[in-house]
Amino acid sequence: MDFLNTNLLSLILFSPVAAALIIFFLPKDELKLIRWTALISSLVPFVLSLVLWFRFDPNKTGFQFEEQYIWYKAIGSSLHLGVDGLSLTMVLLTTLLTPLAILASFTISEKVKAYMMLFLFLETGMLGVFLALDLLIFFVFWEIGLVPMYFLINQWGSANRNYASLKFMIYTMGGSLGLLLATQMLGVAFGTYDLTRLFDLWPSAQALTNIPPWLTISTIKTIAFWAFVIAFAVKVPLWPFHTWLPDAHTEAPTAGSMILAGVLLKLGAYGFLRLVLPLYPEQAKYFAGALAFLATAAIVFGAFGSYGQTDFKRLVAYSSVNHMGFVVLGIAAAAAASGTTDAHIALNGAILQMFNHGLSAAGMFFLVGVIYERTHTRNLNDFGGLFPLVPVYGGILIFTSMASLGLPGLNGFVSEFLVVRGAWPILTTYTAISMLGLLFTGAYILKGIKQVLHGPLNEHWAHGEHKLTEINTREIIVMAPLMALILVIGVWPAWILDVINRAVVALF
Amino acid sequence: MATETLIWLIPLPPVLAFFLIVLFANKNKALSHTLGVGAAGLSWLASMVVFVRALSVEHLGEHPFHASVNWLPTGETWFKIGVLIDPLGAATLFFVAWTIFMIFLYSVGYHNFGQPKGDHDRPGLPPHGATVTDAHGHKHTIPSVEPMYSRFFAFLGLFAFGMYTLVVSDNLLTLFVGWEIMGLCSYLLIGFWYGKPSARNAAIKAFMTTRVGDVFMLLGIVFLYSVTGTLSFREIFTNEELMHALGTTATPVLGLSAAGLIGLLLFIGTVGKSAQWPLHVWLPDAMEGPTPVSAMIHAATMVSAGVYAVIRMFPLLSLDPATMSIVAFIGAFTALFAATIAVAQNDIKRVLAYSTISQLGYMIAALGIGAYVAAAFHLITHAFFKALLFLGSGSVIHGMEHGVLHTGNHHVDPQDMFNMGGLRKKMPITFWTFLIGGFALAGFPVVTAGFWSKDEILADAFAHGHLAVFITLAVAAFLTAFYTMRQITLTFLGEPRTEEAKHAQETPWTMTVPLIVLSVFAVTYGWVGIPEHFPLLGGLVPNWFHEFVGSTLAEHPEAVPFSPVPLLTSLGVALGGLLLGWLVYRNVKSPAEDKLQLPVLKNKWYFDEAYDFLFVKPAYWIAETLVYKWMDKGVLDGILHFIAHITGVIGAAIRNYIDLRVINETIGDGTANTVKWMGFNLRPVQTGRIQQYMLASFVVLIVVGAVLYYFLVMA
Repeated sequence: MDFLNTNLLSLILFSPVAAALIIFFLPKDELKLIRWTALISSLVPFVLSLVLWFRFDPNKTGFQFEEQYIWYKAIGSSLHLGVDGLSLTMVLLTTLLTPLAILASFTISEKVKAYMMLFLFLETGMLGVFLALDLLIFFVFWEIGLVPMYFLINQWGSANRNYASLKFMIYTMGGSLGLLLATQMLGVAFGTYDLTRLFDLWPSAQALTNIPPWLTISTIKTIAFWAFVIAFAVKVPLWPFHTWLPDAHTEAPTAGSMILAGVLLKLGAYGFLRLVLPLYPEQAKYFAGALAFLATAAIVFGAFGSYGQTDFKRLVAYSSVNHMGFVVLGIAAAAAASGTTDAHIALNGAILQMFNHGLSAAGMFFLVGVIYERTHTRNLNDFGGLFPLVPVYGGILIFTSMASLGLPGLNGFVSEFLVVRGAWPILTTYTAISMLGLLFTGAYILKGIKQVLHGPLNEHWAHGEHKLTEINTREIIVMAPLMALILVIGVWPAWILDVINRAVVALF
Repeated sequence: MATETLIWLIPLPPVLAFFLIVLFANKNKALSHTLGVGAAGLSWLASMVVFVRALSVEHLGEHPFHASVNWLPTGETWFKIGVLIDPLGAATLFFVAWTIFMIFLYSVGYHNFGQPKGDHDRPGLPPHGATVTDAHGHKHTIPSVEPMYSRFFAFLGLFAFGMYTLVVSDNLLTLFVGWEIMGLCSYLLIGFWYGKPSARNAAIKAFMTTRVGDVFMLLGIVFLYSVTGTLSFREIFTNEELMHALGTTATPVLGLSAAGLIGLLLFIGTVGKSAQWPLHVWLPDAMEGPTPVSAMIHAATMVSAGVYAVIRMFPLLSLDPATMSIVAFIGAFTALFAATIAVAQNDIKRVLAYSTISQLGYMIAALGIGAYVAAAFHLITHAFFKALLFLGSGSVIHGMEHGVLHTGNHHVDPQDMFNMGGLRKKMPITFWTFLIGGFALAGFPVVTAGFWSKDEILADAFAHGHLAVFITLAVAAFLTAFYTMRQITLTFLGEPRTEEAKHAQETPWTMTVPLIVLSVFAVTYGWVGIPEHFPLLGGLVPNWFHEFVGSTLAEHPEAVPFSPVPLLTSLGVALGGLLLGWLVYRNVKSPAEDKLQLPVLKNKWYFDEAYDFLFVKPAYWIAETLVYKWMDKGVLDGILHFIAHITGVIGAAIRNYIDLRVINETIGDGTANTVKWMGFNLRPVQTGRIQQYMLASFVVLIVVGAVLYYFLVMA
């Protein structure tokens, strides 16, 4: 038990790698064996995160379950892990979605072994970002996550996958260049990459050695701030850095889109919360208006972009831009007025929105995948009136769509309400403008339902070889945990929001 | 059981029924409706118990039933949600429970429970009828059961949950939750026959139009929450200091106070939900839904919830006269405007739809002039008689459909009033109950509930000197009586105008019993609010409604003094309108003979066309062309591709001009070439002849010697 307590985080972090290594030694034609091994082993980090969740003490401030290992002593970087209420929710989201994504991938039949291994590597990459308490380790995991995702899109994607995977890879890496430089600068300046120390040293730093005389410390901080912001803004993605997203999400295999929307986008928002706000409080406050502008643009243009689609998956992809905009709007509000109740409410909303969007976006992408696998088309105009053929699928689709739309009683409403409530007194105009996005959220969700389920039945799918089959048990099992959580958080959000709230009050 | 616990439980049975039907019972129609109607019955029972207990509490306004729990952590504090039954809540609960229960029951008959499955019915389309062979071998077409029967009861259950949640909420947030859940159910039920493009489009139109109001309302909620730190009605309204501050804090918008702006934002939500001008366009189209839906959602409960919300927030709104003027204008204008359209509609349900908009406008106008109790009174009487009218029209349509199935002529529209006539003989229960409902709507003096509530609004407007509102509402009341009598005349009086009308049939008991129950309320509910100083009748029964509901407010509103002017006006317009309606339409046989079929009225003042041009088409264009094609695909991706292109060009340039030319050719190949060249050119030196080597050695020796000599000796 003691071992579990002291090594819980590294167990969670590296068990997917261990699982990938096991799969490496399995015979490559035993598809069933590989799939089930991947699924069952991906449940290990999930169970461990549940253990983590229940052993975590929300009343304590600061990081818990800390672990520190020697990694690169010469430059002052160590493998320092730890969780607080903020990272804990993201860890739970990641370890929950990965098994579901793997279960969703049971229909993959090409290069299954490589696929499953990449997925597990991806999980470690994402978890590393959430668990890292060392800036360099953060960056390492940040970049590690890209590689498996690149191959997942590039090898198992649909028609335009080469373009999409390259765009995804180059854009994210290009965005991270500044982050790398700024990270190095901090490491050189203080001789350590340890975040717990940088949080104390860097925001209060008044002078740096070895800087050219024509650069002031505030200029350097401003440049480094924007270097961080751009890296995370690309990932979130904020307008106008979002155009990689529709391509990557649309071309990725279903499970890839689930993880992309469910977790990868959260890495960007998490970067804002973990690094930008604590390291650059002054700059964040100064540039909060600019962030809010970009967030509002993401909300409004994301909604319009989604409404303008004829491709079902692209429509869902754009909805992520719209929803993640609310996360950044909350962050911007908190940056502008940190320490106030309004800021706390906004951040509660932003973090809960990250979790909620993880659930609903993953669910939506999966449902698009379900129908795509059967019809081999994503064009909304090719569907129509499918509800009588697939009533169960239809019900699930409407439910998940409503979560995405932010219907009260489901999870999205709680977080959006909190963001809007928190941002209103601080960023009144931007909040008011973002309502236009909220209005069109309704428009694109209803467009999706209208084109797929409602209207006169498209007879093409009603008979013969094209006859549309109902969602199967495996697929329902993928959706069930998501739907249950969507409903539970919508009705009784306190169980998760309390953990978030305590972390927010302690941190910001 | 403690009353508070019971109040918590009221909304739960219908939502449980929803989940049970969706998850387990959907294959079994009887089980589904048992669950649905049973749940509605349980909620009804709990509501009645709560209502009776509320009556027995003295000063319920000051000591309402109230309980709350922590819901959302917000920094150092918690946001609480809870239940509240004060006099207004109790009165609302009463009519909501009755109408919902009756409509659940009615739906059993409306969806032809017990009839065979249709010949080629499919989910998503209304049932087309089934062919049966009787004992004599004759084939008959009879109504067939709704294919999605179970689903209908599931949706109704979810809807009932939303409405009950809204009524028992002690705060604006859970009120909004109920509000939006009803919005979803409205969408799902308008689009119940989703296979029809018209129903599908109407559903989307309803959702989107109300959502316009909802986003404003959400802003109003967060605004209120930001400045007060709470959304609980009582915490805000009983805090005099806070109310004073809200009323005096200025905002930059239209010179309104904080209270005024919040009130206005919340009111826009109501404009959407209660289908007030300019967001009224969705309600008539919502008639695509099954008739019980029209009765419940689009007459008795959901659209009333909009008015209920304004009544709830009345203490806040009344702090700012500017907001009140806006409210009064919107209400009065809508009341008249919708009534003009109702005059020219031929679809029996559409007439009622416009009538609903108009009557809701009455209530809104009443609130705008500060007639709190009158608005609440009309809200309740209207819920009863309008639900009755809708259910009655559903019964008529049902009877007509029977006729259509009998003749087999499916081109006859069973909803067009010009295809009816003379139905009073075929459908007597429907006729008499519809007549009661219609007279209540028209405000037929003394015996109907509608008279008392409408009269109170007019009296209030007159007494407080709101002459413009008074006149507008009086004209609207005249039109109301007129189109009501037109409807009754065309539908029930005279002789059948079609073969189908001749074969119409009275509907089963599950449909007529709700009609009878509701018609009882449509008459008697007026008696609880007879003004004290009304000639002859005043004081016979106490004006219970005014005392009870009025006590919700911190300051009990004064009853208006009696004046003959509004009384004579309401007598005149009601009776005059009814009479004129009958006189004009008793001999009209076809739309061509109807002088009032003016294009501008038939086309609803062209609002649909205008909105399509102003909002819908531009929204498409902005989304598809401006944002997606031009901004994202054009500019943003254009920049990316340009950068990629430039990078490629730079890369190629580096390769072609630096790598290939400078490094490869000059440095790499150049070095090798130079060495090679030197080697080649030095080759003649290595001839292999010993004499030459000797000579070279000799020359070197002399040169080295000379150098050494120079440095060592000469220096």
